[in-house]
Order: sequence, then C-alpha cells, then structure tokens
Amino acid sequence: MSAAAHPSGRPSDAVPGLGRRIGSLRSERRWALWTAYISLIIAAIVMLAPPLYMLLTSMKTSAEVADLSGNPWMVHAPTWENYAAIIGNPMFRGFFYNSIILTVCVVAITMVISVFAAFALARMKFFGSQVLATGVFLTYLVPDTLLFIPLYQIVGGLGLLNSIWGLVLVYPTLTVPFCTWIMIGYFASIPKELDEAALIDGANWMQMLTKIFIPVALPGIIAATIFAFTVSWAAFVYPTAFITRPDEMPLTIGVVSQLIRGDTFAWGQLMAGALIAALPPVIVYAFLMDYYIAGLTAGATKG
Amino acid sequence: MASDSNAAVLAARPAAARPASSAMKRFARRRSTIAFLMTLPLISVIGGLVVWPAGYAIYLSMLNRRQTAFIGLENFDILLDSETFRSVIWQSCFFAITAVLLKALVGFWLAHMLHHIPTKGQRMWRGMLLVPWVIPPALSTLGWWWMFDPSYSSINYLINAIGFPSVPWLGEPWWARISVIIVNVWYGAPFFMIMYLAALKSVPDQLYEAAAIDGATGWQGLRHITLPMMQNIISITVLFSLIVTFANYDIVRVLTNGGPRDLTQVFASYAFQVGVLSGNIPRGAAVSLFMFPLLAVIAYFVLRGVNKRTKEMA
Repeated sequence: MSAAAHPSGRPSDAVPGLGRRIGSLRSERRWALWTAYISLIIAAIVMLAPPLYMLLTSMKTSAEVADLSGNPWMVHAPTWENYAAIIGNPMFRGFFYNSIILTVCVVAITMVISVFAAFALARMKFFGSQVLATGVFLTYLVPDTLLFIPLYQIVGGLGLLNSIWGLVLVYPTLTVPFCTWIMIGYFASIPKELDEAALIDGANWMQMLTKIFIPVALPGIIAATIFAFTVSWAAFVYPTAFITRPDEMPLTIGVVSQLIRGDTFAWGQLMAGALIAALPPVIVYAFLMDYYIAGLTAGATKG
Repeated sequence: MASDSNAAVLAARPAAARPASSAMKRFARRRSTIAFLMTLPLISVIGGLVVWPAGYAIYLSMLNRRQTAFIGLENFDILLDSETFRSVIWQSCFFAITAVLLKALVGFWLAHMLHHIPTKGQRMWRGMLLVPWVIPPALSTLGWWWMFDPSYSSINYLINAIGFPSVPWLGEPWWARISVIIVNVWYGAPFFMIMYLAALKSVPDQLYEAAAIDGATGWQGLRHITLPMMQNIISITVLFSLIVTFANYDIVRVLTNGGPRDLTQVFASYAFQVGVLSGNIPRGAAVSLFMFPLLAVIAYFVLRGVNKRTKEMA
C-alpha cells in the first residue's frame, strides 16, 4: 500500500517523521514481546502445576505425604514404590485392560461409520443429504448428560448394564457426529477432477473411496481417529452411570471411585494411578500434536 | 420402495425376468442406493441412540417414580417448587456463564501473546499450554482435589507463604463454587487459545501494516481489525463452550460431588443424583430436560455461525 502511495522512493523519504515513528514502533515491539513472554511463563506455570504436583505426590511415601511440616512442592526421598504398587494391583490392571478393549472397539466402529457416511454426504448428493449433514452437526452439540438417563433405561433393557459392551454401544454417540463432520470437510476439499478421472477409468464407488479418498484425506482420518481415541478414553458420564461392578470399569471411573476408599487415602498411589491412566492420550498428543490440533480446530473452520 | 416395484415387475412378467434383474442390478448400483447404504450406520446411531432416547426422555419424565402411571408435568412442578432445584438452576447458569467468560478472556489473551512471539517458539509454548486439555478431566480434577485438600492443600501452602490466610477451598459454598470454576477454566482455556490462535493466523498481515501506516495504535488494530475478523469464530467457540460447560459433569462430581449442602450441584450432577443414585429415573430425566430449551437456542446460533462461516470460506 505504501509503495503504491509513494512510487518515487522509500516511504520514509516522502513522509517526514516516519523514521522516528518506526523507532518508537520498535521499542513498542520489544515491550510487547516482554509482555508476551511474561504472560506465557505465568500461564505455563499455572497450566502445568496440577500435573506436576500429581507427579510429585506420586513419588512420595505415605509418611512424607502425611508430614505437614515440609514444603508440599518438594520431594525429599523420591520413590517409585507407588507406581510398583498400582501396577501390581490386579484391579487397576483390569481397568486398564477394559479401557483398551473399549477404546479400540469404539475407535474402529466410529471410523468405519463416519468414513462411509462422510464420503456419501460429501460426494453423493441424495434425497435428504443436506438435512442429514446438518443433523450430524446438531447431534454433535447434544451433550451426554442430556441423554444418560434414557440411555440408562435402554442399556438396562438390553441387559448391558455393568458390561463394557453396553459402553461400546453408547460411546459412538460421543464420537461419530464430530468425526463424520470433520471428515465431510476433508472429503469435500478433495478436487472433483480426481473422482471424475477415477470414474472414467472405470472405478466403482468403493474403489474410489479406498484408492483415492482415504489416502488423500489421510491427515483428516488421523485427526478423527485421535479425536475418537481421546474422547472414548476420557469418557466419564456413561461409565459412571452404567457400571458399578469394579471388574467391568474402565480407567476413568475406576480410578475415581475404586482407588478412593475409606478415610485414609493412599494419595501417592491414587496420583500414580491417575497419571498412568492419563498417559496414553498425552503420549498420542506428544507425538501427533499437529494432527491433534488440526482435529480440534477443524470443527469450526471446515465443513 | 423402488425395490418393491421392481419385485412387482418381476412377479407380473416372469418372461421378462432378465431385463428386470438387470434393472435390480442397476438399482443396486444407483448412486442414491449406495449413498443410503453408506449412511445407514450413521442414521441408526443418530436415530437409535440420540433421537429416540431424547424422545424417550420426554416420555419418562412424565411418569411416576415406579414408572407405573402417567402424571403429566408433575415432576417438573415438584422440581420447580423445591429450593434445592432452584439453587441448581442458579448455580448452573452462574457456573457456565462465569467459566465461559473467563475461558474466553484467558484464551484470547494467551492466543494473542502466542501470536506475538517469533513463530519458532510458538510450537513449544502451544504444546505446553494445551496439556490441561489433553488429560482426561476426571483424572486431572483428582489432582486439583488433592491440591484443594483442607489439611494438606499445596495451594494454601503457597498462599500462606506470601502471607495470606488459608482458604477453605471446598468447605465453604462460595469458595467451592469458585474452585469448580477455577478447574473448569484451567481445563477449557487452552481450547479457546488454540481456536483463537488459528483465527488470528488467518487475519492477513497487510491489514495491520496498512493500519500501522495510517497511524493506528495496537489497541485500535485490535478493536477495528482483529475483533471484527474473528467475530464469527469467537461466537462459535463461546456458544459451543457454553453448551459443554452448562452440561458439565465430571469436574463437579470429582471435586465437590455437589457439596457442601448441594450448593455446587449443576443440572448434570443433580440429574445423576436424583435419577441414578436415588433411583427416581423419571425425575432425573426431568432434571436433565430442563437443560434442553437453553441448549436448543444456543445450538441454533452455533449452526447459524457455522453456516455463515462456511459461506465466507467458499
């Protein structure tokens, strides 16, 4: 813009005083940078303090946890015995095992349902497809706490209370709408020329999906898979409502309800258990952060 | 329906079986049939596990406790008459509005700060600041619960260290409310930060350059460029978070379990207590249905925002 206004030379030649303003701009920049770093450091301390404190507690012996005289943010004699105890606890291993089975099933079901549906909704205009796409988005907005009571009745009627298969049945309500929604966005962004070329070469719909759409939209599929994984790993309302038997509990409700027993809590073990339970999503996040964030922001920016 | 007519053709003209069966094949190969089959699982999930339970909830809420008689709107009546439920309505609204406002402000501030630093470092900071959003909230709230513990509170230790008296975090109603909000803001602000950062990055730099040359201050740039450009994404995020926060369950359940004296109960935790723990399923259904009108209104605006955005991007 400035170049257009002053085609003859540098803008500072043409506008007197601009040089000085750029100087003050620079000091303003430096000041802004300091504010930014100070804010970010404070925010990082606040954001990371709770998990850090959980880690510190998990490395303390019960005696050190109960000792009120010292600084709670310090560990004097770090120990891994809480981790050994919690991993040696067969009930906790059971929770972990249940969570893994549950999550693997839910992620597989979710991805099959949403990839097919998104392909149909993005590419094959059919009667009611627009309404259905809007419906998918609306169901994404329905929170689980609105539906858990009727679902409790329905799951109970099917005899699936106190079973992880009841959870496998209802978890797709949490994952399918959003995954379908972001997959529609990814599929719709694939150029039409690609499928026309495939059609001319005689590909059928199925080949088109597996040979073109899935490979091209792979980042979207990874993002959706990560979303489905984190949501089913962290789900809390449904297992809390449907499962009361410890041997069928997944990690979230298991750690919260079964490791807290009696008046004297084994805080060290409890925190160790919570951290181990939180580890899988954190690992996925650490390695696939870009996909994770793409999935997070895709809901509002795509589709 | 079309397959019925094909079958009729097949039955009426046995001699013409071959063309009819190829018509069947053509029908099976038709786009709309395939599309329908592909969306069938989705339709059954939405229909069987969302729409039907929602309708069933309305029916359930009009039954008596043992689900033997139809009592109309009595459950809603009884709830509105009870002091506890009125405090639940108040607490839910107070919690949701305060928490979402704080999350939006903190998220906007952090996104802005993150946007200012050199791109190289942004990844690392973003990675650290998003950690609260990644940990399952039920588990991280357990950590907060321990930090708020009346006798061992590590937060109180820090507060004492700078010379202030201990705070009865979960023991006193107002502090308990504030604690729930703190944990929710801690958990949700990173999400806002990520959304706003993505939006900030989509604002073209030329706009700011042009404004700077016209002598605009940083504040004016924010007011007249950033906010209008981000308006849509801000409203979508706020409305979406309003739904999620309003319907929140895990944080309240783990941190206070509704206490002290039911004063931190929100719709979800109260519905759980009435419906599942006390076994009055119809009344529990009625409690959660109270969320519905508000959620429907918010959902309408979210949808409008998203559609507008889709049109803008197209």
